[in-house]
Amino acid sequence: MRDVITVAHLTLVEARRRRIVLAGAVCALAFLLVFSVAVVLAYREMAADKSVSFVERQGTLTAIKLVGFMAANFLSVIFAILLPVDTLSGEIDSGVVQTLASKPIDRAQIVLGKWAGHLLLALAYVLVLSTGILVVIGVVGGLPPTGVTHALPLLMLEVTLSLTIAMAGGARFSTVTNAITAVGFYGIAFIGGFVEQIGGFAGITSMRTIGILVSLVSPADAMWRLAAHYMEPEIARSTGMLAFGASVPSPLMVWWAVGFTMLVLLYAIRAFRRRAL
Amino acid sequence: MIETHGLRKLFGPTVAVSDLSLQVGEGEIFGFLGPNGAGKTTAIKMLLALIEPTSGTGRVLNAPLGDRASRARIGFLPEHFRFHETLTAIELLRFHGRLYGLRGAPLEARIPRLLSRVDLLEAADRPLRGYSKGMLQRVGLAQALLNDPRLVFLDEPTSGLDPLGRLLVRSIIDELRADGVTVFLNSHLLGEVEATCDRVVFVKRGRIAGERRLSAPAELVDLELHTGPVGAAILEGLSRFGTNIRQPRPGVIELRIDSEATVPAIVSWLVQQAVPIHAVQPRHQSLEEVFLDVMGDDEGPG
Repeated sequence: MRDVITVAHLTLVEARRRRIVLAGAVCALAFLLVFSVAVVLAYREMAADKSVSFVERQGTLTAIKLVGFMAANFLSVIFAILLPVDTLSGEIDSGVVQTLASKPIDRAQIVLGKWAGHLLLALAYVLVLSTGILVVIGVVGGLPPTGVTHALPLLMLEVTLSLTIAMAGGARFSTVTNAITAVGFYGIAFIGGFVEQIGGFAGITSMRTIGILVSLVSPADAMWRLAAHYMEPEIARSTGMLAFGASVPSPLMVWWAVGFTMLVLLYAIRAFRRRAL
Repeated sequence: MIETHGLRKLFGPTVAVSDLSLQVGEGEIFGFLGPNGAGKTTAIKMLLALIEPTSGTGRVLNAPLGDRASRARIGFLPEHFRFHETLTAIELLRFHGRLYGLRGAPLEARIPRLLSRVDLLEAADRPLRGYSKGMLQRVGLAQALLNDPRLVFLDEPTSGLDPLGRLLVRSIIDELRADGVTVFLNSHLLGEVEATCDRVVFVKRGRIAGERRLSAPAELVDLELHTGPVGAAILEGLSRFGTNIRQPRPGVIELRIDSEATVPAIVSWLVQQAVPIHAVQPRHQSLEEVFLDVMGDDEGPG
């Protein structure tokens, strides 16, 4: 465990020195700034318009919040994929990892240390964006943080899964191949989610089934859709008038995503252990 | 200290190491020589468990290849040492020291001592990205010695070093020898190897092609005889004393003998044959000549 912490610490130091943390923070702040301006302007316009009722205004603000979360979720997933994309493959190519792996540590500790260090950063990114959205929408629109205790862990799980896939790819492929594979893997989940949603809206069972099958292969986007479902107002959930939930993933999908993440992590360890360095 | 039997490594259809069987004794300064692509680095990586052998067995520090506990007593300087360039030399050594299980005061005391030994104390707080290639090799050497190793693998340690840097590496190897540390040295610089190693083996196409003990007097001697005119019968008669007999020009005979002890017998025989002898010049083979002999004409530059 001590070696995992040592490697994780190096990963964090490296991320800070390479200005990855700074770049992430600047992008997060820029996103929140744009989001804040949009929310303030939308709220002012709605408040000035006497024909917009309180319920309509809250409904619109909820939709803006969910769109904000959707964008934040997308950014977080991309951040989580790009962050570790070269951490193994790059260090294998440059030979840096030879000095590490020849030390009296298990290669699994190198993978776990790097995974933990990057995961801390990725989760912090999700947390900052999510908190920012909730604060803006709460302060400006007075909207309560509905379902956040359920939604935030799901968003974190999605990010964890995406990051783990990028780690595993790095143990097996070159950096560019890994990036293409990891983004493609998320893209499959994304399109599968759309297919499932459209199937849900249109009542086409086969489309829903395809979407669910795709989610089983790549469960990342299902976590977002479940999180969005939890963040919808109670009244929308009870009446089925959902903005992001025409087809809500089963809670069992969460367990599958957890198991999937663990399997991918185990694969990353196995692949790195077998890799010629 | 190191013992391998038939180590073999294939990368797809390519044979990197075909059959490596060697033994390295405790405290020995061992040279591992061969042209580019001979499989030297792959062999070192197998011994360090960075690469899994396709077949064959080996033991390092009396433990099977890859044993974690034994790696705590091994130091390794890879060819072209590189590490995270945002770290300073002190941070790099602290990090590697922790991976060796070192902590606190013993580690903190050892870091400046090592940096001073590799002449990097003044640059200790600078990020590695500002280091020259030679400085990187030297900080890499310091990390290889962090754990007071019993066995050190040095893969081209003088690569990128200027003459002063090479001298420094040589003096460190001498210190390791004095401390009884075994050094496994992979180098292209035959002069360096000749000056530091007790024994060398020559690797050709992934297998041991020859061996030479440098700490003992050289075995093969090239003999040049300046004589009066000789016929074919004399040249043929000399074949009982040595090999590679030739007459590059009239009055000069060259041959290779096993030992200088053979010289009086040759001279005596020539006198008996009434051949006038003007000069006898024995010349020991340099490591480079041995290397070229072992590699043969079929081996081109790598």
